[in-house]
Amino acid sequence: MKKLFSRRNFLKGGLAATASAAVLKNKDSQASGDFDGYPDSMGVLVDLTRCVGCRSCEAACNKEQELPEPAKPFDDFSVFDEIHHGQKRRTDETRYTVVNRYDVPELDHPLFRKFQCNHCAEPACLTSCFVNAYTKTPEGAVIYNQKVCVGCRTCMIACPFYVPTFKYSSAFKPSIMKCIFCYDTRLKDGKAPACVEACPQEALTFGKRTDCVDMGRQRIRETPGKYVDHIYGEHEVGGTAWMYLSSVSFDKVGFDTHVPKEPIINSVKDFLAMVPMVLTIWPGLFVGFHLLATRKDKIKEMEEEKNKKNDEKEEQV
Amino acid sequence: MRTRKKVMRTALALAVSGLIVTPGHLMSMEAEDAPEEITIDSMATLYGPVEFNHLMHTEYASCEECHHHTTGDKVVDPNCARCHANSGEADEITCTGCHESNRFDKDYLKKLEAPELYHIDKPGLKGAYHLNCIGCHKITSGPTGCQECHTMTEAGEKMFNTGAFAPAKGTSPSGH
Repeated sequence: MKKLFSRRNFLKGGLAATASAAVLKNKDSQASGDFDGYPDSMGVLVDLTRCVGCRSCEAACNKEQELPEPAKPFDDFSVFDEIHHGQKRRTDETRYTVVNRYDVPELDHPLFRKFQCNHCAEPACLTSCFVNAYTKTPEGAVIYNQKVCVGCRTCMIACPFYVPTFKYSSAFKPSIMKCIFCYDTRLKDGKAPACVEACPQEALTFGKRTDCVDMGRQRIRETPGKYVDHIYGEHEVGGTAWMYLSSVSFDKVGFDTHVPKEPIINSVKDFLAMVPMVLTIWPGLFVGFHLLATRKDKIKEMEEEKNKKNDEKEEQV
Repeated sequence: MRTRKKVMRTALALAVSGLIVTPGHLMSMEAEDAPEEITIDSMATLYGPVEFNHLMHTEYASCEECHHHTTGDKVVDPNCARCHANSGEADEITCTGCHESNRFDKDYLKKLEAPELYHIDKPGLKGAYHLNCIGCHKITSGPTGCQECHTMTEAGEKMFNTGAFAPAKGTSPSGH
């Protein structure tokens, strides 16, 4: 009997169907990549040339977010020498922000860099979360809902800045700990976050994100030679609410300069769009193919059985 | 001879008065007119007030280095000189006159959006003090430590978990 369907044809057909669906869907997924952020969202401009490493921001954050008592006082500067697993201090469940010191060879003084959630316009944590625990608010904050979190920690891997941290001390009631831009207590009422308000040097400047970019540009333009001509976060990972100015290249003060200029979601969007299709279309499609291919065999089998029975009957007669 | 002397005197008087009339001089303030001592306490919560010896600082810096163009002296910064080369003495000379203590207040941020505004990036009062003081102290080897200018209050110790509020050793989660 002539073979109607081969195994190869099965797969070819399945792939073709998926590919055509992907092409049809591509138009929508491209459009979502053009999100420029909420127009009136707020931001913070961090000027590394102004920071003196006083840790006031850390102290203010600790009080505002009611975080646990620190191991060392906030006016203890020996923390800048701490190295954990070969790295400088980082955020964890007890602190949403840390300041680290960087000794840059070409400068006669160290630079300090405050670090916290950068509140991306298109956050990777948000897009990676399958229970929608994250929200990007129109004010600019990336907030997190502990009630729906299942503790899968995908967001921790998705974040290009390694910001979300897991509350390992309560693994059965999973909770991601990260800076929320003081959304609940301040930002939603239009107030600056606690760290910004505490900064004596105005190394942190709060304002509309677009105004922060203007301020950054003005500083770069009007004090030639003071800054490198780049605002970190203006375009990184599709733009972040927190942006930085530095007097030395950003890789020397702990920034990842290899993050893409596009939102992280853009690198996986085409693949992710195919996943539901593979899961929903392929099973039906292949079951159909299988039934079609085996239909003739089944009929043949049935006929053979019928003939057999008839033969047996004739023999008996 | 006498008349000649008179003429000379008149000329001299005219020249002197001419000098006085020259705008820059007529309109600039003198350091001696300023208060000798200023207590900076408008924001003293976490730290106590700063007893600022203004007279002593006039020996280290000229007026415009701290007061920018407002005292009527010639501004040094070329950026400021673009508009303030001859703007004379301003109505407000004090820090609080220009630098907002509520720098990030909604209403103030709204004002910054005015399209014709140049000073979109003027530091707030706290920022202005610290940037100006510490900026200069770094160059002149003046005090730069927090408590060298103002002592920490009890509220400050609470905020920074220090002094009477310091964490007991070995009891708090270390974190990493």
